[in-house]
Amino acid sequence: MIRSLSVLAGVLALVAAACTTTSATTIPEASAAFPVTIDAPNGPVTLDQRPTNVVSLSPTATEVLFSIDAGDQVVAVDDQSDYPAEAPTSELSGFEPNIEAIAALDADLVVVMFDAGGETVAALEAVGIPVIVHGAAVDLDDAYTQIEQLGAATGNLAGAASLVASMQDDIERIVADTEAGGATYYHEVDPTLYAATSSTFVGALYTMLGLANIADDADDGSGYPQVSAELVVAEDPDLVFLADTLCCDQSAATIATRPGWNTMSAVTGGSVIELDDSVASRWGPRVVEFLETVAAAVGAYVGAYVGA
Amino acid sequence: MKVVEPSRLRLWWVAVAFGVLAFTAVIAIGFGAVAIDPGEILRSLLDRLPFVDVETGLNERQEAILWQIRMPRIVLGGLVGATLALSGGAYQGSFRNPLADPYLLGVAAGAGLGAILAFAYLPATTGWPIGPLPLLAFLGGLGGVALTYLVGYSVRAGRTSVTLILAGVAVAAFLTALQTYLLQRESETLRQVYGWILGRLTTVGWGEVLLILPYVIVAGVLVLGARRRLDVLSVGDEEARALGVDAGRVRLVVVLAATLGTAAVVAVSGLIGFVGIIVPHTIRIVFSTSYKVVLPLAVIYGAAFLIAADLIARTVVSPGELPIGVVTAFFGAPFFAFVLRSSRGIGA
Repeated sequence: MIRSLSVLAGVLALVAAACTTTSATTIPEASAAFPVTIDAPNGPVTLDQRPTNVVSLSPTATEVLFSIDAGDQVVAVDDQSDYPAEAPTSELSGFEPNIEAIAALDADLVVVMFDAGGETVAALEAVGIPVIVHGAAVDLDDAYTQIEQLGAATGNLAGAASLVASMQDDIERIVADTEAGGATYYHEVDPTLYAATSSTFVGALYTMLGLANIADDADDGSGYPQVSAELVVAEDPDLVFLADTLCCDQSAATIATRPGWNTMSAVTGGSVIELDDSVASRWGPRVVEFLETVAAAVGAYVGAYVGA
Repeated sequence: MKVVEPSRLRLWWVAVAFGVLAFTAVIAIGFGAVAIDPGEILRSLLDRLPFVDVETGLNERQEAILWQIRMPRIVLGGLVGATLALSGGAYQGSFRNPLADPYLLGVAAGAGLGAILAFAYLPATTGWPIGPLPLLAFLGGLGGVALTYLVGYSVRAGRTSVTLILAGVAVAAFLTALQTYLLQRESETLRQVYGWILGRLTTVGWGEVLLILPYVIVAGVLVLGARRRLDVLSVGDEEARALGVDAGRVRLVVVLAATLGTAAVVAVSGLIGFVGIIVPHTIRIVFSTSYKVVLPLAVIYGAAFLIAADLIARTVVSPGELPIGVVTAFFGAPFFAFVLRSSRGIGA
């Protein structure tokens, strides 16, 4: 019931998003539309002129900025922003931002994904630097809104609108072309068996493709419960997605050596998919790439087992 | 005036302890995230006995869950609990300090530093015979205690067990600062390190059991062998010397043996707290303060306690998991407060 509702919600979201271009702001499509006020999650953020020294402390925001033609306005990105390659990676940390270092860059817009206790925002605002807090998106609509807001904030509305439109087109196509037929999956984020459930952003993407999550019963409200190895082996998911290949060196070979896991059909049948942790954990333009990987795995599985 | 308690280990105490351990183990085998019919479990157990061939109704996957996931976890839980409880008792006896636990001299801080280094800078799997995480945690734990001894023994005047404990405090603080620094730099390892610090038996198999078994046995034999001398130590270093026992030497052997065992179990299970405090003290209160009683019973009840704690950790939010360190601390912290309140009367 919950799952079918969220599918419905996803479809409705796609339809709604397809009908409107930019819902986040009412600024006309012109780069010179400054000053502009963004209705950011951390409250209204006003930019008097087009920022040229943007600092991104969010890997997702970095990917978005470079995908909406705002890349040349970015002066520094945090140490976790590893994509695209031309992003100016710095020593800055998104967890513990050094306010003085940011101020020294003459930053005129900072995008962060964490703001523990509101301290980062307060400190940056105290030195007169506008801050947008874009936390982890809860769904695709949220991700699109963030893209549109970054477009408005950097004066790249057209780039943002075309990115959103192309993501929507691509996702619609992938969803239409994929028939998982209720195949089950396990999405691992950590080798101590922390798993993503359907209630997460990434889980909702699997749901859109018709996959069923085996960890949903273990959800503790966080969306990322630590599950029992017994559960994973007993549920014997059709597909195993590893989102801990880069952080923790997991692979199809390493999980085959875990106690009891060699009996799982996904392990013996080659249905273990090694994801790029970053692609699987961000909510930017590469969501499309992620969905293509999953869709390809579903296609291989359905072709190999159900269709045979 | 304190009542003189019987210091002999009575056979029926041991029998009861083994009964509790067996009962706990049976319950732990019977329950898990996946329900397996108890009759089938029994048949599968019998089937594993030599010369017994029983047809079990379990499929290959259920057999794997039972024998490769649940069983090693119970066995390892027992070994870890036994070692931590025994080491806790040994530390308390060696330092005549009821609040001493196996982590007193820097094992935890050193092992934690080793674990963070492994998470941050080494691949999870290498061609090495031992995985980088248990190896570095083990070496880190031993290194921490070695550093404590180095600092403690560099004190020329008044070289006592108190000096050693204070050196342990300084070393632990220093190593913890290094840990925090590394965590700040390598923040992406935070979740893994956090999980390790809370203790975990989530993904263990027979490999881990075999890995720690030699150390656990050596530590157990050495510590249990010193139980009478630890009783002598309880009257004071000077008095022990008058009775022909070299307190410094006993302390060194017992502490090093306990450290070896602790470092080994910590390397595979992470930092599971409070077992080394709760179990020996409960035995002191219920049975006797003599180490001839405390140490052997600590082995058995320590195993039972941790198997029970792990059973709670893996069933209470099933099919999710709780960190086992949370379970032991949930029961351990109130008990620790109780020991603090009454510590003047126990073993001091």
